[in-house]
This record gives sequence, structure tokens and C-alpha cells, in this order.
Amino acid sequence: MIRPKVLILKAAGINCDSETAFAFESAGADTEFVHINQLVSGARRLSSYQIMAISGGFTYGDDISAGKVLANELKTKLFGEIKDFVRDGKLMIGICNGFQVLVKAGLLPGSDTFMQEVTLSGNDCGSFQDRWVYLKSPATNKCVWTKGVPNVIYLPIAHGEGKFIPKSEAVLDSLRQNDQIVLQYCDERGDIGDYPVNPNGSVDSIAGICDPSGRIFGLMPHPERHLDSLQHPRWTREGLKRHGDGFPIFLNAVNYFKK
Amino acid sequence: MYWRIEVKDKEGVFDPVSEGLKNEVIELGFGELEDARIRHVYFLQGSFSEHQAHTIAKGLLIDSVVQEYELYSDAQAPVIPEGFASLQIIYKPGVMDPVEESALKGIRDLGITSVVSVRTAKRYLFKGSLPGEALLKIADKLLYNKLIQSVLSEDEHSLYDFSSLPGYKFRLNKVNILSATDKELFTLSRQGQLFLNLDEMRQIQAYFKKLKRDPTDCELETIAQTWSEHCGHKTFRGTIDYKEKGAGIKKIGNKAIRNLLKATIMRATKELKKNYCVSVFKDNAGIIKFDDKYNICFKVETHNHPSALEPYGGANTGIGGVIRDPMGTGLGAKPIFNTDVFCFGPLNYSAAKLPKGTLHPRRVMKGVVSGVRDYGNRMGIPTVNGAVLFDERFVGNPIVYCGTAGILPKERSFKKCLTGDVIVVVGGRTGRDGIHGATFSSGELTHESETVSSGAVQIGNAITEKKMLDCLLQARDRGLYRAITDCGAGGLSSAVGEMGQAMGARVDLESVPLKYHGLTYTEIWISESQERMVLAVEPQKLKELLEIFTKEDVEATRIGAFTNTKKLELFFNKQRVCEINMDFLHDGQPGITKKAIWIKPALKERVFKPKKDLTEVLRALLSHPDIASKEWVIRQYDHEVQGGTIIKPLVGEANDGPSDACVVRPLFNSLRGIVVSNGINFRYGDIDPYWMAASCVDESLRQLICVGASLKGAAILDNFCWGNPDKPDRLGSLVRAAFGCYDASKGFGVPFISGKDSLYNEFSVGKKTVSIPGTLLISAIGIMEDVSRAVTMDLKAPGNLLYIVGQTAAELGGSHYYDILKIKGGKAPIVDLKKSKARLEKLSFACAKGLVRSMHDCSEGGIGVTIAEMSFAGGLGANVFLKEAPYRQIDRRDDFILFSESNSRFLVEVERAHQKAFEKILQRSEWGLIGCVTDSEELKVFGSKGNACLVSTLGDLKEAWQSPLRSV
Repeated sequence: MIRPKVLILKAAGINCDSETAFAFESAGADTEFVHINQLVSGARRLSSYQIMAISGGFTYGDDISAGKVLANELKTKLFGEIKDFVRDGKLMIGICNGFQVLVKAGLLPGSDTFMQEVTLSGNDCGSFQDRWVYLKSPATNKCVWTKGVPNVIYLPIAHGEGKFIPKSEAVLDSLRQNDQIVLQYCDERGDIGDYPVNPNGSVDSIAGICDPSGRIFGLMPHPERHLDSLQHPRWTREGLKRHGDGFPIFLNAVNYFKK
Repeated sequence: MYWRIEVKDKEGVFDPVSEGLKNEVIELGFGELEDARIRHVYFLQGSFSEHQAHTIAKGLLIDSVVQEYELYSDAQAPVIPEGFASLQIIYKPGVMDPVEESALKGIRDLGITSVVSVRTAKRYLFKGSLPGEALLKIADKLLYNKLIQSVLSEDEHSLYDFSSLPGYKFRLNKVNILSATDKELFTLSRQGQLFLNLDEMRQIQAYFKKLKRDPTDCELETIAQTWSEHCGHKTFRGTIDYKEKGAGIKKIGNKAIRNLLKATIMRATKELKKNYCVSVFKDNAGIIKFDDKYNICFKVETHNHPSALEPYGGANTGIGGVIRDPMGTGLGAKPIFNTDVFCFGPLNYSAAKLPKGTLHPRRVMKGVVSGVRDYGNRMGIPTVNGAVLFDERFVGNPIVYCGTAGILPKERSFKKCLTGDVIVVVGGRTGRDGIHGATFSSGELTHESETVSSGAVQIGNAITEKKMLDCLLQARDRGLYRAITDCGAGGLSSAVGEMGQAMGARVDLESVPLKYHGLTYTEIWISESQERMVLAVEPQKLKELLEIFTKEDVEATRIGAFTNTKKLELFFNKQRVCEINMDFLHDGQPGITKKAIWIKPALKERVFKPKKDLTEVLRALLSHPDIASKEWVIRQYDHEVQGGTIIKPLVGEANDGPSDACVVRPLFNSLRGIVVSNGINFRYGDIDPYWMAASCVDESLRQLICVGASLKGAAILDNFCWGNPDKPDRLGSLVRAAFGCYDASKGFGVPFISGKDSLYNEFSVGKKTVSIPGTLLISAIGIMEDVSRAVTMDLKAPGNLLYIVGQTAAELGGSHYYDILKIKGGKAPIVDLKKSKARLEKLSFACAKGLVRSMHDCSEGGIGVTIAEMSFAGGLGANVFLKEAPYRQIDRRDDFILFSESNSRFLVEVERAHQKAFEKILQRSEWGLIGCVTDSEELKVFGSKGNACLVSTLGDLKEAWQSPLRSV
């Protein structure tokens, strides 16, 4: 059995790295924390890994705007390696701040030019929000990470800048047509709604997207915070299940390399 | 020269922040406002081209999807859009602006190296019929704090630039005290902000007389800081001449108390001899055992005075500071959760009544909450437990308690530095920030504090601390240093002074990395710049240690060494600037004797007839700001980062009920958990601080029990926030509270492991002085062997039985019921320690047996509020029969039974199938089967005579509870 090697990126302000690493390990991967400086200096090579994960946090304080400084760093210092990584059929995930980084670096939704086409800006409610949300996944198997997950899943969000905005109607159309919209905020039954069902005012209730290949995935909610059911906010009412709703996402990534 | 880049939203983009600002301006009554907009302004200094400025703007500063920019050279005036009035706010020079560092990094990453500095400002644009002077008033009320920011006028083109600061020319400053008279000594202490009393000044004089020389300014400052109330806790450690009158059943007796801390708090711990106490009252945080491999440490601090002056920065650096306590405990712990408890003035306080020099409570609360939020969230530490209370006496002097717990391998729980170890400072650079913080919090606030103490106010930079933490844990695990402590109040002075106490230390002050030049040697030594820690490193491990930090862009610098001279020796470019014996510094302080008196307050309890229908009273209680939902605060904190929050602060059917305590699982592969709760109620202290203390301990412990923890392995922390202890009545109540702590800790068998006091919490305007009510916070932590046994407070299923466990008494003094009726006086709730402990243990046992479906403690608002909260949190109704509740008096007043806040009581939901087993466990305890859970949408309470005395839909109750603080 192959255990894929996951690079868990470290940089100033990344703070969900341990639980993200634990998620991949539980799903059957090997993980290594790699500081961005180690990649820039060449002490570590991106090509030695099968999966790259940019977990949540506040990279460089989210100064200027969320994820911007790290996105800029990836673009100016590591873009060649990253493009090779993507071209080689490997997987990448950006969770919360990591999603903001991927979007601002132009890796998501991911056009040929790698220009920024969508953004994640300040929540409509005006402040940081920690709350659990229901998410639905349109019935396509485009995204490697979400294949076969239940129709409606339950994960927490914790962010101040998560409002998904496409640059234009054309960008949104192309996301729809290419099945790149992977997760949408919804209610328990799967219906779209206003705040707090859509907790940040995202256009089309978009919570997560993938690139045209389905291998790069970014999402605002935190799947690594719902690996087991003790993390569910109502487990004392609803009982315990074998796994939390976030677990299959990591399992999918690991299984991708077992074929 | 500089370029100015103004970043603005594209037309049509919704900006919630400016929209919120617009509404606030309208609320303040400044007239009709059509539009408000905010622009981020960047001033980039250096010699680079216009083309490069465009590259920076496009590539880094804007989010091209929603923003655009305007670029101006320093010769151009920015264009203000037609019809808008404009105002720019900028940080004053020297105030931490975290964006600057990140922006410079981003610019370098773009390959542009000629930008030497970045400063940021905000431009506010208002459209509407605002009168001319309104703009500055709006700015003053909403947009900035004069202590750290200023309004930048439009024609301001010569930005303050640190490179133009005059360099520092060394000159040794001696302070003439050898020949000073008492009066001169006193003046010196006050004017120099040393806050030392005459005896202490005389002692210093005598020391230097023996040396036949005057002290340097640096020596004097070092002594003042070490001896300050903040660092030395001289009130608690001095002698107190205590007298009391009217003490009732709990007499302490008139006596001289030597070292109140040792006589009460520490004594309880010593006598309890719990083997799970690993390190108590020694290190930066108290340490207890977690499992065979790990220990847990916990510390709670206050940051009141800075938060009064600059709420955001004060709370920001408050939480930043307490996070460094576990980081500096043993050889460094990994922080695993934060707590925060605040006391503010009433949010509806009349602006006209506001004393000069104070900010409105609403502004204080907003600032404090966002200060804690921005730091805690950035550090990636879940904020899981807290409380917010309100009272008029906190208007001029709010209270901000912040706590942090950490986990550390048990073999890394102790430190010891040795002669020859190198002193290394890591983390942030040293600037002029916070100079005099330690001494300033040891004096009262006055309306002049705003100006004289502005140096004590600062803004934190969480990312600097986070980077430092990442590196420290690596260095710790590789065993690269022998001791660590944080630079808190007193800066390097107290950090190095404490570490080198036993052997001596030498520091070369010119080697300390500075934010900007021009600092004197004394400023370097006493600066309280944030995000710094001090390590003691074996010389042969220095290289490896420094490498770890350098690799992740964290500064680590060798600044001196620990010696064997038993002296503190400081040098600046080889010139000696300080030489004090460690013995004198740490033990030379003259013992002080303070007078204390406690007289039972003459408060009359008004006799009144209760209302027949208590529904409205319950709704009013649910809307009491102390009781009302704090969801607005809680959701702004990430309470789930690290993935270990098993019982969250909000629980129930709609994730919005008030949890009694939080359960955190700190290790991914273990079900062992830590439970955290708090007990606070200053209103009982107005009646008798002894019972306030006992009640706070009881409340914190019963909340641990409510989620399924036990008293076994539990520990508590004390935090006293009091008025001026030089006034005998304030000190008298402090003494009574401390004895209450001792008795309660002993009685429950739960030791104190750490604590902190913040005294002098008074605010004076002219001759009038307002003291805060003596406020004790007890923070409790407990261990849970299996977190999957945890219980929450929301009702679970119709048909289940409801029990009240514990006896209710007519002791409503300090209750929230009396507060809404404006009744002073009455009896404060007492604690029957023996019975309470037995009851807590029984319920803990019942939980462990799986017999409890939900449990909630009866505290603020009594049984009435407790059952209401359980009902609406569970989305299930209940029928409750008060005649079944054990009650001590014969009057059986329904209102007293419902709203008394008697201690050690619980409402418990039990399945019918477990009735017998549960009741068997409760044998010889006071309990009553008072009702059952229903599937209706209604709470019904039947009085002692069988009449329905309270009927309400759950929706109404929840609305009453949620509406007051839905947004602040």
C-alpha cells in the first residue's frame, strides 16, 4: 500500500497545521511540516511530495488582505515548482486561509494565465464568525477531494474574510459550467438561504471550489475540525458516529494515490 | 521622498465596515449621512520609480477583484470625490503598526528592495449634510484614540520619519538622592512615576549612602519596577493590621496578618498536599499533572489600566501577555486554550454623565472584544470560556481578565539557569512602548492618566509571537535552553532580574535589537515592548539555538550572561550603567504595614410582596446584561482551532445555549480532557466578601461538575481586582475575601495553583474617587478521563425527569433578582462546605455512571433562569413544581425559590429508567423531583400552592435572553 507524502506548509501565522497533519495521518498518509523558507532555499523540494496542504491561520497577520502576502510569496518565489507540481497530477488543498492564499495566487479557480479571478472578502456581517454550517456538494465527481461525500455535510467555519466574489458573471458561469463549484452553504435539508445559512454573504453561497482538473481544492470551512463525532457541536444530543463529515475529504486524497 | 497609494473599493462593492460606520454616525445624531467610505492609505518611503509604485499597488496592495487604487507622489494632493468630506487617521510615530512589516516583506518578495519604510493610514470619506466641526467629533467618538493615533491634515507632506530621529549620545545620568530631604524623595518618586512610598525611597537612599554614590537613573528604575505592586505584590506580602465588625458566623478576628498570600491562598495548597500539583506559585503559571506524559499549566492575568485608556491595544497586549506565561512556564508549554472575563460600565450609560478622561463603556467593550479576538485568533488558540458583567463602578476602570492554559511534557516542567549561561532575547524588537507599565498599574487612574501615561499603552503583533512560539517549541524539544521567562511588566529588567536572582547577571544593553535608534540605556532596559522572551542557554548550544530562530525569520540575540557575582550589572558600550546587589534588589524592600478594616455594610433589606405572576420577572432576568446571551462575543472568537474543543461554549439544539464549562481534548490520540470554568460575582462582595469568595469557588467547581468532571485532579486560580489597598476599608474587604478563598479551597479539597492581584483599580476626577467593587475571579480547571462521558446543559428528551439537587434558602443579597428590583442588602448566599463537597462528588459519580442527560448549575437568576436556559437550549418545554424544591425557610415564597442564588445547586435531567439508580446516589443529600421535560413549546412553573406562577413560550424566553447583546 502506498502512503502518500503530504507537505504541510508552515509560514508565519499558519495555525491549523497540527490538526490538518493529524487528519491526513488518520486517513493513511505520511506528513511533514515544511517551512516556506525551506522551500525557497531549496532545502526541501515540492516535487518530493504527493499532496500539498495550506491549512488555516492568519499568514503574515492577514495584513493588507487575507492570505495576500503568502500568495505573493508563492507567486514570486515558487511558482515554477508549483506549476510543475500541478502538472504532474498531484493534489493541493487550501483550507480557510489556505483557500484565500490559493485564490489570491491565481491557483484557484486556475486559468492558464494564473490571474486572480475570484476573491474572498470581508464577511457581510462585518466580523469574524465561528459557527457550524451545512454544505452541499453538487452531484458531480469532478473534485477528487469530495467524491462520494454525503449530499449534505456539516463543518465549522471560523473566518472574517470568507465572502466569495467572482470577478465577473462570466467567471461565475465558467465555474458553473465546468463543475468547479464544489461546496455551497445550505440548510439542513440542502436548501440555499440567507444569513446565517450563508454565513458570509458569498455569491451563489459558494464555500469551496476546485480547479479545472479537480485536483486543487479550496474551501472556507474546516474539514480537519470534524474528523470524529466528538467534535460535532451536538454529539451529546445526537450520539456518536464512526467518523465526522470532514474525514472522507482527507481519505479521498489518500485513496487517490492508492489506485 | 514617498509615494502615497490609496486603496478603495470599486463602485458597487458592499463594504460592511463602512456600512456599520455609517449607521454609527447616524446613531450618534450627527445628521443625515448618505454614504461613508473607508480607504486604506499606504505611504511608501524610499527612492523607487513610479512604475515600481504601480507594481506594488497592483501586485500587492489591492485585491483586484474588488479594489482599485490611486497613486500620488509627495508633491500631489489626493483627489477627494465630489461632495465628500475627508479625514485621515494615522498611528503616531513609534506605535506598533503590524501592517508595516508584512508590507515591507511583500514588497521585497516582488523584487523591489529600495522601499525603506511603509506607514499606513485610513481615510474616511463622508457624504451628507454634516456640520463642519462634526467631522472631528465623529473622529473623536468613533475613529481614533488620541493616545496612539492622530488626525493627519490634508496638507501634511512631511511624514514623521524615524531615520531622521537624532541618534542617541550616551550620557550617564545620576540621580541625586544622597542629600535629598524626605520631601524631595517623595517628589522624585511621584514625578519620576516610580510609585514608591517614602519608606522605600529612604531604604534606597540608605543603600546608596553605604556605597557613597548616587544611583543612576537605570538603577532607580530597576528597583522601582522590582518593588512595584505589580511585580512585588507588596500588599499581599506585607503586614496587614486587620480589624472587623459584624462578621456574623464567619469571624476572622482582629489580628496582624503577615503575608496574606501565605496565610490564606498558599496555605490552603500547602495543607491540602495534593500530589498532582507539580509546581505552584513559583513559575509564570501553576502546573498540575495531566497524564503520565504531560502536565497542564494555567494562568490568568489582568490588563485593566491599559484597557481603560486604549481598549483594543490594552486587551490585545493583555491576552498576548498571558499567552507568554505558559510559554514561559517550565521550559515552555504549548498554549491550548484562552479564557476571558470582562467587567464594563453599563452599555446604556449616559454619554453626558461620562467622567472626563474615560471612554464610553460600549466603545470599551467593542475595543476589548476585538483586541482579544485579533490576538487569540491569530495565535491559533481557542478562546473557550468567559463571562461579561456590568456595573456603574466599572465606567472609569473596566476589568479585563485573560487566561491561557498550556500543555508541556512532564520532563520539561522545571527550569534552572546556571552561571555561565548566555542570556538570549528572542522575538520582537525593543522600542519605547509601554515604558512604565509596571509602575503605572500600581497607581490609581486619574483623568490625567490619559496624557501622562500614554507611554504605557501599546498595540500587539500576534504574528511575531506566533512565529516565536513555533521556534521555541522546536528549541525546547531539542533541549537547547535551560530556562525561559517572558518579558512582561518590567521588560528585560524583571525578566533578567528574576532569572539571575540567585547568581547574578550581566547585560550589554547596546546589543539589544531596537525598533528605531535613539533609545537611552534605561529605556532599553525597562521597555515593555511586546512579544519578547528571555532564554538562558548553555554556551555550546547557542549556535544551534540561534539557527532555529533565524531559519524562520525570528530574531534571537545574545545580550549577556549569567554570572556568579550576585550582582545585576548593566553596561552600555562597555560603560557601567547599573550595579546593584541581587539581595538588595529582591529582598531589600522595607516591609510595609497597612491597616485594614471590614465593617458589615449597613444595608437594609426592603420587605416587599412578590408578584403573583413571575413570568415578566423571569424575562427581565434573562435580559439582565450579566445573564443575557454573550453569543455576539463568543462567535467572534475562534473557539475550535486546534480541533480539541469537545464541549463548546455554545451548546444545544441550535448551538446557542450557554454551556457551563468547556471541555478540551489536548492530544489527538487520547480521550483525556481538560475542563475549564469560572466563578465571579462582585455583587455578593458588596454584602460580604468572605461569602463572595466562597461562592465564586463553589460556582467554578459546580460548573466543572456540570459537564462531567470531578473534583479529583482539579485546581483553581485566584484573581483579585480591588480598589486602593492603602485605604483600610478596601484592604479589609480584600482580607475577608482571601480568607473565604482559604476556607473554600480547604473545604472542597481543591488547591490554588497560581493567581494574580491587580490593586489600585480606582478612578478619580478632581476630588471624587470611584473604586471598582472588590472583584474576585476564580478560574477552575479539572481533568476528565474520558471526554465522551461529557454532559451538556440542554434538555434532551420529553418525558425525562427533572431534579433539583441542593437546598434553596432566602439569601437574595447580591442576587440579580434584587438587582433588577434595586434592593440593596439582604444575606449573601453562604456555602455549607461539607454538604456541598459531598453533593458535587455524588453528581460527578452519577455523570460517570451515565445517569445524567443534562445538568446546569443554578447561579445568576436562580432556578428560574436555569430551567429557562435548559429549555430553550434544548428546544423542549418543562413543567416544574416549586413545592418539591427543598427550601430552608417556612415562608415558601415562590419568587425566592425561583430566583434565590443559593450555592451548590443543580438542575439535573434523568431518564425515567435511571430514576432509582440516580436517587440512590443522592441519598442523604437534599434533592427534589421537581418536574419533567415536555414536548411542548412552553415552560410552566407551578407555585408552592399549586398555582401556575410562570408560563411562557420558549421563543419569548429565548428572545428576552438573546436580544440585549445581539450586537454591541
